[in-house]
Amino acid sequence: MTGDNEIVVSVRDLHTWFELRRWGIVRVGNVRAVDGISFDLKRGESVAFVGESGCGKSTLARTLLGLHIPTSGKVFFEGINMQELDRKGLLDYRARVGFVQQDPYGALPPFMDVRRILREPLIIHGVGDRKEQESRIRESMEDVRLSPPEEFLHKFPHMLSGGQQQRVVIARALMLKPSMIIADEPVSMLDASVRVEILNLLRNIQKTRQLTLAFITHDLSTVRYFAERVFVMYAGRIVEKSTVDNLLEHPAHPYTRALLDALPDPDPENAARMRELPSGEPPSLIDPPSGCRFHPRCPHAIKGLCEVDIPPDFEPGEGHTAACWLHRQ
Amino acid sequence: MNRFMTGLRQIGQYPSAMAGILVILFLVGLSLYAVFAIPYRQALDLWRGGEIWQDHPRNAAPAWVNWFRLNNLPSTIIVEKSSADVESENFQGWSRVRIPLEFSYTYDEFPSEMNLFLKSRFQDKGPFIRLFWETPDGREILLGGHRPRLSHRVALSQDRNLERRLDAPPHMALLSLPDDIDKRKVLKGDYRLVIDAVFFEEESSLETKFISYGRVHGPAGTDHQRRDIMVALLWGTPIALAFGLLAAVGTTITTLIIAATGVWFGNWIDAAIQRITEVNMILPMLPILVMVGALYSRSIWVMLGVVVLLGIFSAGIKMYRAMLLPIRESPYIEAARAYGAGHSRIILRYMIPRVLPVLIPGFVTLIPTFVFLEASLAVLGLGDPVLPTWGKVLHDAQGESALYNGYYYWVISPAFMLMLTGLGFAMLGFALDRIFNPRLRSI
Ligand SMILES: Nc1ncnc2c1ncn2[C@@H]1O[C@H](COP(=O)(O)OP(=O)(O)OP(=O)(O)O)[C@@H](O)[C@H]1O
Ligand SMILES: [Mg+2]
Repeated sequence: MTGDNEIVVSVRDLHTWFELRRWGIVRVGNVRAVDGISFDLKRGESVAFVGESGCGKSTLARTLLGLHIPTSGKVFFEGINMQELDRKGLLDYRARVGFVQQDPYGALPPFMDVRRILREPLIIHGVGDRKEQESRIRESMEDVRLSPPEEFLHKFPHMLSGGQQQRVVIARALMLKPSMIIADEPVSMLDASVRVEILNLLRNIQKTRQLTLAFITHDLSTVRYFAERVFVMYAGRIVEKSTVDNLLEHPAHPYTRALLDALPDPDPENAARMRELPSGEPPSLIDPPSGCRFHPRCPHAIKGLCEVDIPPDFEPGEGHTAACWLHRQ
Repeated sequence: MNRFMTGLRQIGQYPSAMAGILVILFLVGLSLYAVFAIPYRQALDLWRGGEIWQDHPRNAAPAWVNWFRLNNLPSTIIVEKSSADVESENFQGWSRVRIPLEFSYTYDEFPSEMNLFLKSRFQDKGPFIRLFWETPDGREILLGGHRPRLSHRVALSQDRNLERRLDAPPHMALLSLPDDIDKRKVLKGDYRLVIDAVFFEEESSLETKFISYGRVHGPAGTDHQRRDIMVALLWGTPIALAFGLLAAVGTTITTLIIAATGVWFGNWIDAAIQRITEVNMILPMLPILVMVGALYSRSIWVMLGVVVLLGIFSAGIKMYRAMLLPIRESPYIEAARAYGAGHSRIILRYMIPRVLPVLIPGFVTLIPTFVFLEASLAVLGLGDPVLPTWGKVLHDAQGESALYNGYYYWVISPAFMLMLTGLGFAMLGFALDRIFNPRLRSI
C-alpha cells in the first residue's frame, strides 16, 4: 500500500521558532513551535501526526506549505530543497501541495461562489482557458461527490452545510493535481455524523490518486482507519514514529502510552470513563524542559539521564523509532 | 459579493432608499441633459458672459414667480427688422427708409430696460436715423437722432436727455399715459418704434433690433451679467456629481488599498502608514485648499487632486485597519497563500472585497460632503475660474448682495440643488447602512 517507496518529502532537523518581542522591538525569547523534526514521507502513504493541543502540529504544516519560514533545517520536496526555490519555483511547489484546513467555513472566502473558489487556483497558476477550467472544476466536484455540480456552482459558502463546505475545500486542494495533501484536523469542526464520510472521501482520493497525505489530528481513535503510519508529536518534536498497528499494540514512548490510555475505553461498561493524561502542564515552548521534554511528566524518568540529555531516536522495532532513553540498547 | 447582491435586493423595502435613488437618477438625468444640450465648450463660452447675453434681461427673476403674483412681471420682447424688408424712397445720391418695429405690450409691469441695437453697412458715410415712438393712444414722441456706427446700441432707458424731457425713466414713461406715470400704470396696447433712416450710399443697409427686457426669464432667472442662471444650475450638476464621486472614490479606494497593504505587510510598512495618517489627521484641510487656491491654481481638477491627496491618509485608515486586521488572520487568506495567491491578489481580491459591503453606505454618504466642499470653496472665491458651478452662482449672489437686493431666487436655486444632492445621497446611504449593518436597524 505504500506505493513504490519513492520519497516525496523529506524533512531534516526542521526548526520553526516565533520571536517574542516586547514593545515590538526588544527580543525576549522564542516560541519553539517546531524544534528539531526529521522525517520522510513516501508517495501514496497516509501519515497521521498526533499530539496534544499546542504541540506545534499546525506550525509544522504551515512550514511545509511555505507559509512560515523555517528558522533552520531543510525541507526537500521531490528532491528539491524548498529554501532554495525562487518565486516561480515556490509557486510551482504550491501547486504540488494541497491544503485542507480545520474550519471549512473560515477556509472559504465568503464573497465568492463555489465556481469562483475552485477557479482561483487555476487562475493564479494560469491553467487552461475558461472552458478547460470549467471542465476541471466539474471534474473535481464530482470527485468530492458534490454532484450534480450545477446545483452547487453558484452557491456561496454560507449556503452549504459543513460537510459540503469541507468537500469544496478538498476539491480546491485537488484543483492543481497536487502530489501531497496536508490536512490539518480536517474533521474536528464538523458534525460527528459527517466526519467519517469526509475522512473516507479523503482516504479514497488519496488512494486512487496515489497522494501523500499528511493528516494532522489529535484523535488517535480514527488514525487506525485513515493512516498507515503515525508520528507522535510532543512539544515541538516527534517522539515516536511507527506503523499504525504497531503503535496501537506496542506503544514505545511513555507519552504515546499516555495518549492511548486517555482514549475512551471501547468497552461499553467503561465508555464514559476517560483516563487522564499524566499529571502536569504541557511544557512551555519558550523555555522547554532540559533533556527529554517529557521527563517532568514521565512516570519512568531515569534520574541523571532524562533531564540532562535529549534522547536520540532509538529503534525498538522494525520501522519503529522512539525518542526515549528507555529504549537505549 | 453575495452579501452585496442580497443587500441590493432589499433596497425595495426602504421607501427612503427608493426616494434617494429617484433623486440621484434625476440628478444623473439632469447631468446627461446638460452635457448633451449644452456642449462643454459652449457652456464655458456662455459662462464667460459678454455679448452673447445682450438679448437677456439683467437680474430677472425666474418665470415661476408669476405663479405667486397678481401683477404678472413682463417677459422680454424682441422685434427685429432689416431695411431690406421695407420699401425705400430713392433720391439723387441718397435714399430714405422708414422701418417700423411693432409690438404689443400687455403686461402689468414695466420692463426692466429697453435697448435698440443697430447694425449698419456703409463704405465712407454712414446713415442718419431719427427715432419716433408711437403709442396706442396716437401720440408720437421723437426719441432723437443718431449716426450709427457699424454696430450701435441705443440705450433708450439710460438716455438722460430723454429722461429729463419725459420726466421719468424712458422705459416707463414711453409705456404709460403722461398723467399716469406717477401711478406707475402701464398703458397696454400696440406700440411702434419707427426708425426713419437716411442712407447716403447705394449699398448701405440697416439691421434693427428692439428689445424690451422683461423682469422674468426662464426657469431660474438671470444674474447681474445677464447670464441665464439655468446654465450654471444645469452644468453644475455633472460637475458636482463628478467632483463628489471622484473625490469619494479617490479617497475611499486608495485609503482602503493603503490600509489593506499596511495590514497585510505589517511591520514597518504598517507603522509608517499609521504615523503618516496621524500627522495628516491634524493637518487642516480647508486652509490648505485656500492656500493652494490662492497661490497655485483654482482649477477644479487641482482642487480635486488636493482633496484626494489629503483624504488618502485620513481617519478612515484607522477604521479600515481595525476591520481588516482580523481578516488578515482568517483561514481563507492562509488557504489562498497556500495555493499561490500573491500579495496584490490577496490585498485586492481577498481582503478588500470582504469589507466593501460595509463601506458602501459610508461611501454613498461621503459623496455629498465633497459636493458641499466644492461649493464652499467656490463661495470662498476659490471656485474654478471657468466652470459654471452651483457654488459660483452662490458666490456671485453673495458678491451682488442678492438677498439684500431681493434676488432671493439667486441664492435659493443653487442652494436647493445642493440640498437635493445631499438629501438624495443621504437617504440612500442611511438605508444602505441599515441593510448592510443590520445591527443599526430599528427595533
Ligand atoms: N504566528 C505565531 N506567532 C507566535 N506564536 C505562534 C504562532 N503560531 C503558533 N504559535 C505558537 O506555537 C505553538 C504551537 O502552535 P500550533 O498552532 O502549531 O499548535 P497545534 O499543535 O496546531 O495546536 P492545536 O491542536 O490546538 O491546533 C503554540 O504555543 C502557539 O501559541
Ligand atoms: Mg492546529
